[in-house]
Amino acid sequence: MGAAAETLSSTEARLADLTLPVGGWPEAARSDALARLRQMGLPQRRDEYWKYTRPDTLTQPGAVPAALFDNDEAPIFGALDRLNIVFVDGVFDADASDDLSLEGVRIDRLAEATTDIHWARDLYGTLEAKGQSPVHRPLAALNTAFATDGVLIHVTGKPSKPINLTYHHRSETSDAILHHVIKLDPGAEITVLENGPAAARFNKCMEVEVADGAIFHHVRAQGRDHERRAATHIFARLGAESVFKSFTLTANGVLTRNECVIELTGDDAVAHVAGACVGDGDFHHDDTVFITHDAVNCESRQVFKKVLRNGATGVFQGKILVQPGAQKTDGYQISQSLLLDDDSQFLAKPELEIYADDVACSHGSTSGAIDEEALFYLRSRGLPKGPATDLLTLAFLAEAVEEIEDEDLREEINGRLAAWLERHRS
Amino acid sequence: MLSIKNLHVKLEEEDKAILKGVDLEIEAGKVHAIMGPNGSGKSTLSYVLSGKDGYEVTSGEALLEGEDILDMEPEERAAAGLFLAFQYPVEIPGVGNMTFLRTAVNAQRKARGEEEISAAEFLKLIRARAKELKIDAEMLKRPVNVGFSGGEKKRNEILQMAMLEPKMCILDETDSGLDVDAMKLVAEGVNALRNEGRGFLVITHYQRLLDHIKPDVVHIMADGKIVKSGGPELALEVETNGYGDILAEVA
Repeated sequence: MGAAAETLSSTEARLADLTLPVGGWPEAARSDALARLRQMGLPQRRDEYWKYTRPDTLTQPGAVPAALFDNDEAPIFGALDRLNIVFVDGVFDADASDDLSLEGVRIDRLAEATTDIHWARDLYGTLEAKGQSPVHRPLAALNTAFATDGVLIHVTGKPSKPINLTYHHRSETSDAILHHVIKLDPGAEITVLENGPAAARFNKCMEVEVADGAIFHHVRAQGRDHERRAATHIFARLGAESVFKSFTLTANGVLTRNECVIELTGDDAVAHVAGACVGDGDFHHDDTVFITHDAVNCESRQVFKKVLRNGATGVFQGKILVQPGAQKTDGYQISQSLLLDDDSQFLAKPELEIYADDVACSHGSTSGAIDEEALFYLRSRGLPKGPATDLLTLAFLAEAVEEIEDEDLREEINGRLAAWLERHRS
Repeated sequence: MLSIKNLHVKLEEEDKAILKGVDLEIEAGKVHAIMGPNGSGKSTLSYVLSGKDGYEVTSGEALLEGEDILDMEPEERAAAGLFLAFQYPVEIPGVGNMTFLRTAVNAQRKARGEEEISAAEFLKLIRARAKELKIDAEMLKRPVNVGFSGGEKKRNEILQMAMLEPKMCILDETDSGLDVDAMKLVAEGVNALRNEGRGFLVITHYQRLLDHIKPDVVHIMADGKIVKSGGPELALEVETNGYGDILAEVA
C-alpha cells in the first residue's frame, strides 16, 4: 500500500469508530474540523513530525486497555482553595464537581452547547485550525470534530481562586476526548489547574485566547498511571502585553505527547512554557512546542527537563518562529535530560526560524548523567547515596519548576517529584 | 583518633601505586600537618580516607576511633565523624547552601540515631557560625559554591565543618588560591574548632598556612610514604631549604 493510501485507510478506520455530534452552535466548527482531518489524514509513523514518537496507539480505533493505578497518594492540588471540575473517563461528573459559579468568570459546558454562546462559537476550533499551519496536528482536528464534553471558560475579571480540572480514570478501556475553550478579556487573570490520568487514552485540546493585558497561568500534573496514553494540545493566542505561563509535570505514562502551539500577536506579550517529567521503564514522553512571534518586543521561554531511567524515552521538538517585523524578540529555549542509566534515551530537535534582524534567540539541548563529583561531595557531608541523588535530580529539574510563579503550587509540584524519586531509587 | 597503618593504595583504572605504606597516628586534640612535593600522594590520602571512587586499597587499614573506615560508604564515614575540606569545593547548581547543610546535619544525626535539629535551632546556629567566618546571609541562600570566589568556597568548607562538628578534620590544601587575609580568616575558623576531642590533618604545600594553624606534628611525604616526621621546625626547614635536602637525607 502506498503512503497516501495507508494514511487514508487508517484515518477512515478511526473515523468509522466515531460519531460526529450533531446540532448546537459547534456543528459548523465540527464539520470543518472533520474536513480538515480528512484532508490531512491521521499521523503515520513515517511523518517527519512523528519521527520520534509512534502515533499508532494514539490513532487506532479503540484504546489499548490501561490498568487502573492503585494510588495511595493524596490527590494533587486537593488542599488548595479551588473550583474543582471533575471528569470521569472524559465525562463531566456533576456530583463530584463544585458549583460552577465564581465571580469574574463564567463557566459553561460544551456538552450543553444548545443555546448559542457567541464567544465560544467564534473561538471553538479557530485556534486549532490556525495551528494546523505550517505543521499538521491531525489529532487536534479530530478532537475539535468529535469532542462532546469540556468546559467553556470566559474570564471577565480576576477570580479569587483557580479552576481545577480533575480527570479521573475508572475504566480500563476508556477513550476520552475533551475540548476546553478559554477566553480571557482584556486585563483579566486566571489560573487553570489540570490533574489526573483521565483515561486509558486521552485526547485533549485546550484553546486559550489571552486578550491585551490579560494573564493566564496554567499548571498541569499528568497522572501517575503507568499504562495511560495521551495526546494533548494547547493552542494559545496572545494579545498585547498579555502573559501566558504553562507548566506541566508528567510522571509515568507509557505514551504522552503534549503539543503546545502559541502565537504572540500583540506587542510586549510574554509566553513561558515549561515541563518537568520523570519516567521509568517503558515511559515515553514527547514535548512538541511551536511558538510564533508575530509582534514586536515579545518574550518567549521554553524550559523542558526530563529525568529518564531504565530505558525510558524522552522527546523534545521545539521551535521558535520569528516572523518578519517581529523585532526585539527575546526567545529562549532549553531542553535537557538527565539519564540515570545507559538504556534511557533523549531525542531532541530544537529549531529556530528567524525572519527579523533585531532579535535575541538562544537554544540549547543536552543529555547528561548525575555529576559524580557533586554526588561524592554530598555524600562526604553525610547524605546517603539515594537522597543525594534525589537532591541533585531535583536541582536539575529546578529551572523548569521555577517557572511556576505561585509558591504553593511550586512546593506541591516539588513534593510530588521528590516522592516519585524516592519511590524509584535504584 | 585516626590511626593509619601500612596503607597501600593504587589507582583502580591503571596499575599504578600511589600510596606505598603510609603510617600515621593522629591523637585527639592534636594538629598534624603533611607537607610534600607535588605528586607525593597527599591528596590521594585525603580522598582514600573520605571514600572517593577510583582508588583501590591493596593493603593496610585506617581506623577512626578504632573502627576501620575503609569499607564504609562516604556518608558512613561522615556520620562516624570524618570530614574532608576539599581542595576544590564542588559547585552544585540548584541546591541551596542552607538546605544542603541542614540536610547534611540531619542525615548525620539520623545515621547516629540522634534527633533531627529543628529549623529554628539550625538557623540560629548557622547564623552565628557564618558571622564568625564573615559569610553573609546572601551566600547562605545561594546554590552551593556557585559563583563563590576562591576564598568564599574555602570559608564555606570551614562553615560546613563548624556545623557538622566532626571528630577528625582533614584539610586538603585549604590555603590554595587564598590571599593572606582570606587565609587568616580560614585559619581563625579552623583554630576556633580546635579542642581536646578533635583531631586535624592539614595537608599543605606551604609553610605559611602553618603560621596561622600551628601544628603539633609535621610529616614530610614523598613518593607515597611519610619519610620524615618532626615538630613545627620541620615546616620551617622546608620553607628555607625546600624538599631537596630532606629527601636526599632520607634517601
